[in-house]
Amino acid sequence: MIRTETYLDWNATTPLRPEAVAAISATLASCGNPSSVHSWGRMARQTLEHAREAVAALLGPISPDGVVFVSGGTEANHLALLGAERERVLVSDVEHDSVRQAFSRSEAIPVDGDGVVAIDALDRLLAADSRPALVSVMFANNETGVIQPVAEIAAIARNHGALFHCDAVQAAGKLVLDAEEIGADLISLSAHKLGGPPGAGALVVTGGTDLMPLFRGGRQERGRRAGTENLPGICGFAAAATAALEGVAVYDRVRALRDELEDQIAEIAPDAIVVGAAAPRLPNTSAIAMPGVAAETQVIALDLDGVMVSAGAACSSGKVGPSHVLAAMKVGTEIAKSTIRVSLGWTSSQADIAHFLRAWTALYRRHRNFTSGACAA
Amino acid sequence: MTPVLAHPRPQELAGAAANSPPIYLDNQSSTRVDPRVLEAMLPYFTENFGNPHSTSHTYGRIAAEAVERARGEIAALINADPREVYFTSGATESNNLAIKGAAHFARAYPQGGQGRDHIVALQTEHKCVLESCKMLEREGFAVTYLPVEPNGLISLAALDATISPRTLLVSVMAAHNEIGVIQPLPQIGALCRSKGVLFHSDAAQAFGKIPLDVEAMQIDLLSISGHKIYGPKGVGALYVRRRPRVRLWPLIDGGGQERGLRSGTLPTPLCVGLGRAAAIAGAEMAAEAERLCRLRDRLLTNLAPRILGLRVNGDLEHRLPGSLNLSLPGISAQALIEASPSIAISTGSACTSATVEPSYVLRALGLSDDLANASIRVGLGRFTTPAEVDFAADAIADAASRLAAESGTPT
Repeated sequence: MIRTETYLDWNATTPLRPEAVAAISATLASCGNPSSVHSWGRMARQTLEHAREAVAALLGPISPDGVVFVSGGTEANHLALLGAERERVLVSDVEHDSVRQAFSRSEAIPVDGDGVVAIDALDRLLAADSRPALVSVMFANNETGVIQPVAEIAAIARNHGALFHCDAVQAAGKLVLDAEEIGADLISLSAHKLGGPPGAGALVVTGGTDLMPLFRGGRQERGRRAGTENLPGICGFAAAATAALEGVAVYDRVRALRDELEDQIAEIAPDAIVVGAAAPRLPNTSAIAMPGVAAETQVIALDLDGVMVSAGAACSSGKVGPSHVLAAMKVGTEIAKSTIRVSLGWTSSQADIAHFLRAWTALYRRHRNFTSGACAA
Repeated sequence: MTPVLAHPRPQELAGAAANSPPIYLDNQSSTRVDPRVLEAMLPYFTENFGNPHSTSHTYGRIAAEAVERARGEIAALINADPREVYFTSGATESNNLAIKGAAHFARAYPQGGQGRDHIVALQTEHKCVLESCKMLEREGFAVTYLPVEPNGLISLAALDATISPRTLLVSVMAAHNEIGVIQPLPQIGALCRSKGVLFHSDAAQAFGKIPLDVEAMQIDLLSISGHKIYGPKGVGALYVRRRPRVRLWPLIDGGGQERGLRSGTLPTPLCVGLGRAAAIAGAEMAAEAERLCRLRDRLLTNLAPRILGLRVNGDLEHRLPGSLNLSLPGISAQALIEASPSIAISTGSACTSATVEPSYVLRALGLSDDLANASIRVGLGRFTTPAEVDFAADAIADAASRLAAESGTPT
């Protein structure tokens, strides 16, 4: 029997887009170092600068000069939080670990039950202490897909003279973004979440924010990031960014599939819960709780049926312990322990959804029958 | 999809200047990815694209297994345990992590390091080592920038005299990026170990080209690069000794990947590429070293009688195969490079090659500004052919004699 496999873990990483494969292959075959002055080097430099324009376009009509290429979203977040050298760093309770762990003395911004940043609380936190501050709030959450009111957050940060960093790793390529509308001074991007290769990302400086480099050495990236640029990775990132923007309409279809999946779950299992459903969300993400069944159990059972999802962020999927995102949303331990993340992508199909629903329903019925049987006995 | 594998090579060497890409002789700056490496990487870009940290499902586990295989291939080449190999984004990050990481850990846990706060690095270290040291100086650490001998080699007596009970770490590049000299690693390692000092070596240029053994050489931290050994850019590694355990403060925190030392999703195809590049380099090291030494001698023999006062910078015996740094007295290196567009060579480190300052490395060897500015770096590599070497010798000699004629200097 040929086992069909359904990949619904797109927020962890995505398959490479064909455009990115072509760009990477072409660049890998050449050997220039963009810092070299000979013609191989100059060709590499030219390729690099074109890539910078393509990546900048993910954030609308902005200057490519602000794009600092780094090794990925984690490094971008570190460069933002540490490189800005602010005395206070305020991060929301639902940020990715790479933001939460970057600055040792960071202060927490609470969120409401839907995972949306409590704007008033942020205002009070900033008003209470006038030291130079940086506020870091993600555009959309990796576990729940919940979208933050970034423009409001930017306005509050600006009122208090604070810098605003926005981790847009999950949103870029799924939504049409505009740096000006976001209002952030610093924006993090990652290639492998939008069909580019892992090992490439960018921190975009939208204004004149000075950054202290995290890696010191050569004067690459205008002195903001030492180290030979990962040119094939960057070209793959650029090609994927262009393809993502051109094909962003596919997310209308993805949203319809995701909504259908959630509707079906609601019909099959009245006790199932979609976390963050009341808030604006990414079109592809669904955090679904099957109360009473541990998330790890669900993930393993679904994997045996050929369906790949995760029990939260991939970086921590080897760890045990409930998600900090769900804890911050105060969903309750029972829900937190039984929530899986289902995330779709541009090739996800009706058949994928059907496959997931078959596997999920079978698991749900097994557990419900067992539970009700146990109760009757 | 057919990857572009053809190595761009001048079709007719004689007419190369016209429209073919120049012959690539800058392999210390970067190398072309070996087609075998590319072949190993491609499946992990495409069908096996899983996140290696998503170990709860098949795609993630396939990626994780590939990463661990690569880690083993890297460890094998330096006689390390795979658990001692940490992937990074490249040698710059590895050097930053090794030096700042060791210093910051010692500061955070002074009882472990007995309050050691002194770092020793050669004056000729790569910029990323020197810049990391300078940052630590601003943070209150003491740094000694040790001079080198005129041949570029370390003075062990000077190192011995510099190390004090406060010394935490000594950083010495295994093989030099500009002048190619190979330092006496076993002797440095033995000295450091006897004094309880950590020994870090930037092996970006040496790894895969000369034998390295972290046990025999008593190296505690070793930086590795992918794109210097026909592997991909954007990936490197840091070897961190487990016994006795070397502790580092991470530069990048977050998801806790790489056992908490380096967070961030591992780029599986790049890790696979580095592993494969290491395996190939190891298997072919002896034969390739011999071939490159012959090519290097051929170039030198060809050039020496045609350029007045030609000198090789850096010790000729303890030297990377394929690496040459040459001074052509009275000739501007910049002008020479511009006058020979059919070959790709450099004046030194790519990281600083856009600057007009004379190389700080050559200055540390005692060269005058004039002589330093008359120096070129030629880096032969795996894909360099004898015909290309002969062509390059002609191109350099012709350009030099043209420039000398223009300025009235005899050659």
